[in-house]
Amino acid sequence: MRENLHRFFRAARGAGVRVSPAESIDAMRAVAQVGFNDRDILRNTFLLTLAKTQDEKRALGECFDLFFSQPEPQQENAEQNKTDDNSASGANPSADEHGDNAGGAANENVGPLAQMLLSQDRSAISTAIANASGAASLPDIRYFTQRGIFQTRILDAMGIQRLRDDIDEQTTRNPALAERLQEALNGLRGTVRDAVSQALLLYGREEAENLRNEILRNAPLARIEPRQVEQMRALIRQIARRLRERYSKPRKRQRRGHLDVRRTLRRNAAWGGVPFLTAWKRKHRDRPKIVALCDVSGSVARVSDFFLLLIHSLHEVVDDVRSFAFSGHLIEVSDILESKSPEEAMKEIMSKVGFGSSDYGNSFADFEDNWMSAITPQTTVIVLGDARSNNLDPRADILRRIGERSKRLVWLNPEGRMVWGFGDSEMPRYATFCTVVRQCATAQQLERAVSDIVATYQ
Amino acid sequence: MADTRPTASIEAVESGLAAQGYIASRQIATAVYLSQQIEKPILVEGPAGVGKTELAKAIAAWRGMKMIRLQCYEGLDEAKALYEWKYAKQLLYTQILKDKLGEVLGGAQSLAAALDQLHTFGDVFFSKEFVEPRPLLQALEQPAGCVLLIDEIDKSDAEFESLLLEILSDFQVTIPELGTVSAVAPPTVILTSNSERDLGDALKRRCLHLHIGFPEQKLEERIVESRVPGISQTLRKQMVGFIHEIRSLDLKKLPSVSEAIDWARVLVLLQASELDHEIVKDTLNVLLKYEADIEAATPQISSFIAKASRQGVFS
Repeated sequence: MRENLHRFFRAARGAGVRVSPAESIDAMRAVAQVGFNDRDILRNTFLLTLAKTQDEKRALGECFDLFFSQPEPQQENAEQNKTDDNSASGANPSADEHGDNAGGAANENVGPLAQMLLSQDRSAISTAIANASGAASLPDIRYFTQRGIFQTRILDAMGIQRLRDDIDEQTTRNPALAERLQEALNGLRGTVRDAVSQALLLYGREEAENLRNEILRNAPLARIEPRQVEQMRALIRQIARRLRERYSKPRKRQRRGHLDVRRTLRRNAAWGGVPFLTAWKRKHRDRPKIVALCDVSGSVARVSDFFLLLIHSLHEVVDDVRSFAFSGHLIEVSDILESKSPEEAMKEIMSKVGFGSSDYGNSFADFEDNWMSAITPQTTVIVLGDARSNNLDPRADILRRIGERSKRLVWLNPEGRMVWGFGDSEMPRYATFCTVVRQCATAQQLERAVSDIVATYQ
Repeated sequence: MADTRPTASIEAVESGLAAQGYIASRQIATAVYLSQQIEKPILVEGPAGVGKTELAKAIAAWRGMKMIRLQCYEGLDEAKALYEWKYAKQLLYTQILKDKLGEVLGGAQSLAAALDQLHTFGDVFFSKEFVEPRPLLQALEQPAGCVLLIDEIDKSDAEFESLLLEILSDFQVTIPELGTVSAVAPPTVILTSNSERDLGDALKRRCLHLHIGFPEQKLEERIVESRVPGISQTLRKQMVGFIHEIRSLDLKKLPSVSEAIDWARVLVLLQASELDHEIVKDTLNVLLKYEADIEAATPQISSFIAKASRQGVFS
């Protein structure tokens, strides 16, 4: 049973539940207490000991159902299997009887696998498949490309060679039996294929996801295929969660070494000013204040989707974020992003200002007229856009004033450095007033850029 | 061992808690049973008012043990949670013993000799006498074991979490001047959290993780029945059905079990025999705690009552 538990832990890891060795030990101790009889209790036990968040509980629940829906190679069955083998090789009366009922042919000549198939003993077959899977180390399956080889290995372990020989031999002697065997073999292949697919689902998910995410992280946002958009969104959400975990820790930190005399005296008033307890000065940190300006015009439409998603998650990480979207003119979108789900918010923003042709000059002017007061010396301003202003007045003077008022001015450009300044790109002119200009074309670059910005406040 | 731990089975836990008026779901009972068997703390998460704190109280009442409660808040530190030296007492004693010390050390010829003599006294002023035990240390010192409730751990700082790790995994604390204090009898530890911030992995790893959500309709009916005995069956069915409908709305704060119980009490007090539009409208502020929520729910009252009553007919 221990073997099965270990396989389950691996499947759980595959499902994205982080199971540490200590937790698996706890789970084993817990399972030893509750036993295997009641599946609901067993399920609850695993949920209690292994999963540590709501998401993990859901994933683990699904994994549990999937895992225990497949036949387990149990001890009794294995023994039964052995006796089956014995009976097949020994050809004792009961096996003969069995064979007679099934095929009415002389079965002593065919191998154990053929025997099993002919007797149509489902539990024996599934046990045999499970045992063969163990022998072929099926839990090691990681990628979908490995399906074929594992199928072959399992069938080999079950003795398919002997079965084929049997079929060849019987075609001349007993065509009816051969045909039945052939059919049974096809059925068997199907069952094994299903078992392998299920194993892939159980054990291979994590690897496959890691690989896919790794590829996605480095894929240019502008050239994501439609079918990948959903996955990309999930990835950005993951990034946002990581940012939140890393940076939402309290910023209070003591600075040892500088005595806070006033607080020390007050604290020790009870024992006549004798300093038993010391109080140290704290270092004050700026609370993060972020103003984000996001270009949602036609030229960057595909990327701005992800930009907005990230800004949406920024609203969750940082208390004081004000966000603005622009193409021809600029509007504030903080409320929309704060109150709505990412999908709804993006739709609303796009319908309000999206897909126009961009006019950076006009949008900056809008910003200066209405919201310049939002920028204080503690603010980081992030501009997300390609700086392609359709040859209209870029109004770099406004950007200069924004840069002077703020703590930092960061420009994230989805285009490669090579094309900055070509065509209607005003990037070089804007770049002189920015603290940092970064290329930001992939999810990974996006994560690094935002992480750097938030980190300056830590 | 067996007589101090009357937790023979999950069913026994369920009935034991029920005797204290706490109707536990299967999962809660399993968690409590396991925490006894493998001596692990339980970390309970869930929305406010689903009975996280009540669970600890019920366990304490059922097992007949003392409950020690540590309410967490921002800025909670060692001195308030674990132990503190009784400075005033130490000072007082040194003053009182001043003459005595003079007498004892009077015989010494030199400063070095006096110091040597002083060393033989040992650390009189840093002994157990002068330690003021705070909830965590108190819990370890209970000879008959106890239920230690660490309430709303998510409100405390991350540093405090690390302080808890030793006590959670080994049921012991280390006081630098005294050494390690181990539990006389391992306490049953319950931590609660409203998921205001994510807890560290190290803390989560040491606990059984129990999530209590809103109960199913049947279970909630039983809870209301046990807490508000005076309520009639039809009204109970209706009101629980109504609350379940309300929970399907997108509200700022969904009504939880404690609000359901309060509402049931209010309805009994107003001698309502069944729900109608008028009485629900008047008492909706018991269930919903935000003006915007009440406004959102008001237009739906009639249809919810109808649905809730219909449910009652079929079940």
